[in-house]
Amino acid sequence: MTQTTSERYRVKPIRDRRREWPFPLNLYQTAVGRKWVMAVTGIGLLGFVLIHMIGNLHVYEGPAKMHEYAESLRNLGSGILPRSLILWLLRLGLMVMFGLHLHSAITLKEMSRKSSLNASFQGGEKKYAGGREYIAASYASRTMRWTGPIIALFLIYHLADLTWGWWLGSEFVPGDPYHNLYSSLSRIPVAIFYVIANMALAWHIFHGAWSMFQSLGINNPKYNHLRKGFAASFAGLILLGNLSFPIMTQANLIDEEERLCQVSIGNTDEILACLTKQLEDH
Amino acid sequence: MSEVITVNLKIWRQESPEKSGYFEEYTQKITTEASFLEMIDLLNEDLNSQGLEPVAIESDCREGICGTCGVMINGQAHGPRKATTTCQLHMREFSDGDEIVIEPFRAISFPVIRDLVVDRSPFDQIIESGGYISVNTGAASDANLTPVPKEAADQAFDAAACIGCGACVAACPNSAAQLFTSAKLAHMASLPQGQPERWKRTEMMVGTMEEFFGSCTNHGECHEACPKEINLDFIAFMNRDYMKAKVKNRALSGQR
Repeated sequence: MTQTTSERYRVKPIRDRRREWPFPLNLYQTAVGRKWVMAVTGIGLLGFVLIHMIGNLHVYEGPAKMHEYAESLRNLGSGILPRSLILWLLRLGLMVMFGLHLHSAITLKEMSRKSSLNASFQGGEKKYAGGREYIAASYASRTMRWTGPIIALFLIYHLADLTWGWWLGSEFVPGDPYHNLYSSLSRIPVAIFYVIANMALAWHIFHGAWSMFQSLGINNPKYNHLRKGFAASFAGLILLGNLSFPIMTQANLIDEEERLCQVSIGNTDEILACLTKQLEDH
Repeated sequence: MSEVITVNLKIWRQESPEKSGYFEEYTQKITTEASFLEMIDLLNEDLNSQGLEPVAIESDCREGICGTCGVMINGQAHGPRKATTTCQLHMREFSDGDEIVIEPFRAISFPVIRDLVVDRSPFDQIIESGGYISVNTGAASDANLTPVPKEAADQAFDAAACIGCGACVAACPNSAAQLFTSAKLAHMASLPQGQPERWKRTEMMVGTMEEFFGSCTNHGECHEACPKEINLDFIAFMNRDYMKAKVKNRALSGQR
């Protein structure tokens, strides 16, 4: 088959086909391939969100168990490999997936925007003067590019808040996630922000977890009806689990009064030693 | 029952691709038995008799199978009625005193030629880059020589129902042409005759599509706008075939 001879046509391509990169990088050059990347990284990030949520449920078992869970993450593969290596590899993988997911989303959106330039735009969307009413597009699918940035900003806030302890100051105890979580989420504005961000996340997942099947070409009339249900239940599960943390903290179900190892007992090492001892006694 | 209604039209006027367009308002009395295009015809007759420039609008078969007549009516491709082309739309869908906004299909690769007429030749360029099968001419083989499973034939027919009107691109918030391209690909990839060139065709047609149009975000607006109700499943089919085309070793294409 020959290349299109476009001389006969007045409408010229708006973008050139660039020189092809070596396989498999050439997949990322095309929009369809980039949607695959978005779907595959999306699956990875879904896996992270699910495991992160389930892991955090340890908070309901108290400070000592939460400490043990945090330690066990650092000790993954510790019998063979240096401590924290696996954790850092996982973190690296997450960063790569997040970067690719974001980059493909931004570049594809730009491609779509450039393809619609002579239509009028309102709020970043192609609009007709006749008042375009969406028939099929769900609210979630149309707001992907708003929920996405909310999640990205929340992610930075969340890391600064509970991993680096920027805002907790002297209250922040590295290695005692129960205490840090309580101190952070007991502040009402923070709790509200967490609720909003997790609702954005669930919205994002609601469209993404369905859309990824289409992008990957996983389509079979025998099970197509299950895909929307899967997306809805996945989003619902994440929402339920993640919202429970700020809400339960505000409802005083996660609190520090009953704690055996009070944070006031001394410096970080003493608190962590107390938590470890509590685990051994148990 | 037919009745005579008066509609207020707001129509996009644009002299040429280079000039900027504007909306012009008209009032038209029309019987509800008239088709949408007949209503425009009557308007144009009036404009002609007043010595004014008639509204340019494309139409050909007027029976819903050629795909020429697409316009945006009140922000919906081919108007409010589902699975209906503009020419098959009748004025009984509207009531007395309605305002009807008529615009051309919008996408950067569908430049307006005049008023409501757009240049949809990028679709032709997509077809030209692979939307065919190559057969030797000469003695035609017997039509029943190649058996086709009933399901595959049905699917190919569903895909082939695409009339290439461009409503999918017009309705898409991303101006993506996935539904058109995937329908054309599925039409041929479902049949034995389409197999020899299947992977090359998929690569070429998707490649050409991406030179002109946006990227699909799986909203599903195209399917709702489509007068032939082409299924979104074809888009997934195309995505799968495209990745196979890129990854597969074609020397082994006999191995499934």
